[in-house]
Amino acid sequence: MATLSSTVPVKIPETGKGGGGVHPPAYGGGGDGGRGDGYPDYGQRLRRARLGLAIALAPIFMFFISITSAYIVRQGLPTFDDKTNTYIREWIPVQLPLALLLVNTGLLAASSITAELARRQITRQSALAPVESIPGVSLGDEGRFPWIYVTVALGSGFLVGQWMAWQELASRGFYMATSASSSFVYLLTAAHGVHLAGGVIVLVYAATISLLHKPIEARRIVVDVTAWYWHFMFLLWVGIFALLWFVK
Amino acid sequence: MATSATIHSHAAPQGFIRKYVFSLDHKVIGIQYYFLALIAVFVGMFLSLLMRIHLIWPTAILPIVGEIKPETYLSLLTMHGTIMVFFVLTTAPQSGFGNYFLPIQIGAPDMAFPVLNMLSFWTTLVAFVVMIAAFFVTGGAPLHGWTGYAPLSALPNSGPGEQLGADLWITSIAIFCVASLMGALNFITTVLDLRAKGMTMMRMPLTVWAWFITAILGLLAFGVLLSAGILLLLDRNLGTSFYVPLVVVNGQVMGHKGGSPLLWQHLFWFFGHPEVYIAILPSMGVASQLLSTFSRKPIFGYKAMVYAIMSIGVLGFVVWGHHMFMSGMSPYSAFAFSIMTMAIGVPSAIKTFNWLGTLHKGRIRFTTPMLFAIGFVSLFVSGGLSGPFLAQPVLDIPLHDTYFVVGHFHLIMGVASIFGIFGATYYWFPKMFGRMMSESLGRIHFVITLIGTYCIFMPMHYLGMAGQTRRYSQFTEVHYMTHLIPLQTFMTYAAFITIAAQFIFLINLFWSMFKGPKASDNPWESTTLEWITATPPPHDNFGGHTPVVYHGPYEYSVPGATKDYVMQTDPAGVTAH
Repeated sequence: MATLSSTVPVKIPETGKGGGGVHPPAYGGGGDGGRGDGYPDYGQRLRRARLGLAIALAPIFMFFISITSAYIVRQGLPTFDDKTNTYIREWIPVQLPLALLLVNTGLLAASSITAELARRQITRQSALAPVESIPGVSLGDEGRFPWIYVTVALGSGFLVGQWMAWQELASRGFYMATSASSSFVYLLTAAHGVHLAGGVIVLVYAATISLLHKPIEARRIVVDVTAWYWHFMFLLWVGIFALLWFVK
Repeated sequence: MATSATIHSHAAPQGFIRKYVFSLDHKVIGIQYYFLALIAVFVGMFLSLLMRIHLIWPTAILPIVGEIKPETYLSLLTMHGTIMVFFVLTTAPQSGFGNYFLPIQIGAPDMAFPVLNMLSFWTTLVAFVVMIAAFFVTGGAPLHGWTGYAPLSALPNSGPGEQLGADLWITSIAIFCVASLMGALNFITTVLDLRAKGMTMMRMPLTVWAWFITAILGLLAFGVLLSAGILLLLDRNLGTSFYVPLVVVNGQVMGHKGGSPLLWQHLFWFFGHPEVYIAILPSMGVASQLLSTFSRKPIFGYKAMVYAIMSIGVLGFVVWGHHMFMSGMSPYSAFAFSIMTMAIGVPSAIKTFNWLGTLHKGRIRFTTPMLFAIGFVSLFVSGGLSGPFLAQPVLDIPLHDTYFVVGHFHLIMGVASIFGIFGATYYWFPKMFGRMMSESLGRIHFVITLIGTYCIFMPMHYLGMAGQTRRYSQFTEVHYMTHLIPLQTFMTYAAFITIAAQFIFLINLFWSMFKGPKASDNPWESTTLEWITATPPPHDNFGGHTPVVYHGPYEYSVPGATKDYVMQTDPAGVTAH
């Protein structure tokens, strides 16, 4: 067979067919600079950070999907009752504090909006930064509203609200080990809370580095990526809430 | 060498700590991973030796460990499996060589997120320390196997090692998951975003493809293992009942109710099966690279190889049930899992065929790395052929808890992957350390290791068919197994010799690091990008330049070319066409 022999011509793929053309294609292939250690190619870094975030969301999604599937499987399983020596269905629906959870959802929705406003604000600021550096040019104080702090406050409010919801659950007699259903409620809300707390910490970091006079573009990357993460956390919470409420 | 305009060059870090300990340089991190895996593999190997000794001399009092009780044997088995799978087979080929060579092979100055890269190594190290700590706590290391089946793993009073040792084991796995996720994120972003000009996806070396697909598998699988581990920790420590049904241990009713041990198995194997491919795919990539280089021929069917890696990756996610045929699953589910499992034979066979096609009529250079690559193909075939047997529930049920399975997975996942690591070590050592390894010692190491591993693991298939159960610490008194003792004894002696041969490798590795002959920049006359740069590569990999790529990765024996290999960056290499 001709292609097996090293002494006969080897097919050279044509240009642009992707198998090894003679000339480098005009596109394809990533960047060649900007590593984040002083080389200020912020556009590229922003794109890379967004890509990294999009990839990072996959395992977070898988994490929650696996717990969700465990929830659904566990819900359908019968329990062996040692008193009657029979299998019974023993899934106790958790009485969720609906009003409180709705308020929390509202807080998180609002924080998602303010995170987006913070993202757009800092995008605008970083775009206008060169203009502002011209002597005598001032852009005024509009667009300086501290959306990051508002987001941190609302996000923290959500976390406190979730804590209160746990207190409420406990007062209704639902503890971690009370039943499989309550275990899942605590587990899902805690896992989501930990993820959101991570977002809060990053936003606090972004606010802090503004005090340290880091370039606005560096701060913009942090805020931008965290805002997208925040939206994902909001949607995730809606999904978890819907699961806990509708699949009791 | 063609390069585009000079880019901003980065100052190399000064000082020992920043340079070698908390380094952001992917090359240093790759070497750190490699040495972590090297320590781990010797620990794991020592444990296996203790097991082999115990199997044929069950009452022997051994130095250091003393008498091996049945529970000690189970601890050894658990820790051997866990350390080998996580800290060797996942760590060395992917995190070690992947970290070092993936950025260079695609023409990047570093990984996409260097800080994250450093964090992922140090997190892995913490995971390893926590794992080893399990040996030294009250009760010792856990005995629930590397698969950690509940309820044994979920009840602290179910055995001596199941107290703090098991908590440490699960914690270590959870930390390892986080580290692997960070690593996978970095690998994928780097491949997608940092390729040099001209380095299209279909011009990437097959090693890069393997690391890329492996990273995707890790990204999707480790998150599931993490959640499974958290549920297990909650069952153990907070009294929940995710995995534990109503159980009585030592006459005492446990407080759990209604949990499902099968739930753990599903979650674990949803991770566990892709993990098998996480262990083997990078070695497949290395074998492809080596076979093409040392046959002086383009890899046979490059595109088919890429699509085969992809389909193995996809199919790897839908076959986890074949580990659970014994669990009493519905025959319909078992049938589906069985069909999907056998379907993996197709891309695997494509790869094998292409490796053989690459060798066919090649001008083969039998260097040590090439020998290990050929050894890899041999082991992949030998270990792989028993796969379709085990994929069928009707055959798996009698064979599953026997040595047949132990032989199968050791050949294909353990030793084959290790051969990939050895091949990669001998091949890339000159680039990493600037010196050549001894070929003579390498060949002796290869011959003993190949014959030795076949002598250890091939007989396991026969033992399994003869009904020898696995995981049991002592069988010398069991009547129907006594006639198998000579074979077990033979395997233990083979293990002694094979393990001794690994010290030849170790001596070669460290001796060559300091005393080996100096290596040129491209001693193997390879074509990929790591061979265009200095040896060892500078801090930013290409000395302030970024390469431009003109060819696919395996342009060997190109008619009309001046040499028998054309570098990927050589613009004039194929002007004859």
